[in-house]
Amino acid sequence: MEMLSGADMVVRALQEEGVEYIFGYPGGSVLHIYDALFKQDKVSHILVRHEQAATHAADGYARATGKPGVVMVTSGPGATNAITGLATAFMDSIPMIVLSGQVRSDWIGDDAFQETDMIGVSRPVVKHSFMVRDPKDIPEIFKKAFYIATTGRPGPVLIDIPKDHTAPNKTFPYEYPKKVKLRSYAPVTRGHSGQIRKAVEELLKAKRPVIYSGGGVVQGEASEALTKLARKLNFPVTNTLMGLGAYPGTDRQFLGMLGMHGTYEANMAMHSADVILAAGARLDDRVTNNTKKFCPGAKLIHIDIDPASISKNVAAHIPIVGPVQQVLDEMLSMLDEQDNEPDHKALERWWQEIDGWREFHGLRYETNESGPMKPQQVVEALYKATEGKAYVTSDVGQHQMFAAQFYKFDSPRQWINSGGLGTMGFGLPAAMGVQFAFPDAVVACVTGEGSIQMNIQELSTCLQYGLPVKIININNQALGMVRQWQDMQYGGRHSQSYMESLPDFVKLAESYGHVGIKVEKFEDLEGAMNEAFALKDRLVFMDIYVDPTEHVYPMHIADGAMRDMWLSKTERT
Amino acid sequence: MRRIISILMENEPGALSRVVALFSQRGYNIETLTVAPTEDPTLSRLTMTTTGDEYKIEQITKHLNKLIEVVKLVDLTEGAHIEREIMLMKIKATGAQRAEVKRTVDIFRGQIVDVTATVYTVQLTGTTDKLEAFINAIGETQVLEVVRSGVSGIARGEKVLSL
Ligand SMILES: Cc1ncc(C[n+]2csc(CCOP(=O)(O)OP(=O)(O)O)c2C)c(N)n1
Ligand SMILES: [Mg+2]
Repeated sequence: MEMLSGADMVVRALQEEGVEYIFGYPGGSVLHIYDALFKQDKVSHILVRHEQAATHAADGYARATGKPGVVMVTSGPGATNAITGLATAFMDSIPMIVLSGQVRSDWIGDDAFQETDMIGVSRPVVKHSFMVRDPKDIPEIFKKAFYIATTGRPGPVLIDIPKDHTAPNKTFPYEYPKKVKLRSYAPVTRGHSGQIRKAVEELLKAKRPVIYSGGGVVQGEASEALTKLARKLNFPVTNTLMGLGAYPGTDRQFLGMLGMHGTYEANMAMHSADVILAAGARLDDRVTNNTKKFCPGAKLIHIDIDPASISKNVAAHIPIVGPVQQVLDEMLSMLDEQDNEPDHKALERWWQEIDGWREFHGLRYETNESGPMKPQQVVEALYKATEGKAYVTSDVGQHQMFAAQFYKFDSPRQWINSGGLGTMGFGLPAAMGVQFAFPDAVVACVTGEGSIQMNIQELSTCLQYGLPVKIININNQALGMVRQWQDMQYGGRHSQSYMESLPDFVKLAESYGHVGIKVEKFEDLEGAMNEAFALKDRLVFMDIYVDPTEHVYPMHIADGAMRDMWLSKTERT
Repeated sequence: MRRIISILMENEPGALSRVVALFSQRGYNIETLTVAPTEDPTLSRLTMTTTGDEYKIEQITKHLNKLIEVVKLVDLTEGAHIEREIMLMKIKATGAQRAEVKRTVDIFRGQIVDVTATVYTVQLTGTTDKLEAFINAIGETQVLEVVRSGVSGIARGEKVLSL
């Protein structure tokens, strides 16, 4: 058998798993592995400027491709810097592998230099973790880690490797396992046919149905099945923040996003529904508002790969545990085999009602000819300049909600944001990951002047690797989302929600070797966008000044039902 | 409602801490916990008692099942089962009380496993209720020290929890 050092085994295992990129930052405990990486050229290492960015870049890569993102960090501070990225990936069920260095095994527990109990610190934010106790186990651990990260409900897996186990002078027999042996882990591969049949019967009887789909449909490659099912039944579809793009955003049957900042028509339709088909969505609090008042007349059919997500927040009438794609496909074939038709008459009435809601509100906002630009206008201009085809990553805040509302995503994996954890600082590194995955694609990062400063140092990484990301900084000179809550719930007392002393972002971008464009007037917006996107091989930082007083609407009224919304600063349902 | 959950899990470092952490992370409480290897040394058997309504217990079992190291799990309280707890206890035993304590130990079918001039060390096995009844019968003022193992349990009849 071939004899390899622990470090070489790590690198070989990555190669066997088909890893193209590893995002990382070196340090003492991983130097043996860095040396092994240096001697090969199959896996490219991407040097970020902060470990948090490594995790988000790997995450962006994973969200765009469906393949696991891979990260390497050193022990201690390197490892703890990766925690936010692990938590971000964990909340959104993103497949990721993080390799963290650890101090020598005989020093563990002695408070050695740069020692952190990474297994302990990361425990609540990983799907699973491994500590390498014997270098011989490295191949098996890697095989298991990749398998666990990418199957069932995906998630991040951590591998903690003590430095001595990667020493170059000690070699061990190496063989990469072909199969995984895990008696305690067997994700469901099929939904229960009886349950699926019951669900189909319910769908056919429905008079006011809504399909409510989430990130699971994107992750589970079930967009096509979902779209077919919705079209076949002529049912309205709404997506969660995580599910946007799973159903074409420009389609007539699409109601827009639902939830806290969902559209009027989506939230009204949910509240009035008699049957809700929740697919790969977890009924979280940003969607449901008060669960006791949630969709009072609806039977809930809930498809999820994770049994623990079912009936966690809202009890399901027909729970179906299984891969969402397989379950939807089976629903489709059941519909076909019996030539079943939904209740067309009732659906016609239902659509009339929905169209009435659409007309009443839609997504409107007020513009002011002489006043400042509106953030919504920026997203609309971005949509136009990119013909709706860009990968859009985002940070967290008002700009994120405007992007979700106003950019119509037609394909899954096109919209990349931190939904579950809401991590400011996610957008730029995630965009880097997407750009690495698709070098020729148009990648835009919609951000705010608050969020962008949380990982601004990555402008340097972008220069090093020539990543032509377009940064759309919707600059409202405020932590806008915080400020909105303070306007609405704290009598307008703007405690610590200013962004004062902002840098000159144009100069900043230039000093990092990029192009900066400042836009202050609406009439300049379109031209500036076109100019930026014409620079195909340059990173362009667009610093766009918008109305600091704008709010995101609709907005759920706290503790109310789905239909209880603020529609503007003065109108509510 | 009180539940006894019995878990077969990989006998690996870190597995137990994941189970325990899950409880604090998700705000569930553990009343008792016992764990030891089984006849198959690669597996541990863990028994815990917890309380919660049906919804909570369902969540607990689902989340436990999600842990990679958990191989199998059963809620023993769902069916007929046997539960036992072992208790070791030091009891003041002087003068007239010596005979009284001895009588109570006999009634509860306990054993005196160590004796000094002033103290009996008693071993008692049974359900949690029985152990508590014994402590009450002895009277708290007499009790010097109590060590309880936590509940162990097994299903009645032919049902077995194994691979
Ligand atoms: C790391 C992190 N810290 C704090 C928050 C809380 N938070 C949510 S939105 C927001 C304001 C974001 O400001 P900005 O990036 O300028 O976006 P805007 O809302 O102004 O569009 C804050 C502070 C968060 N989501 N993430
Ligand atoms: Mg802002």
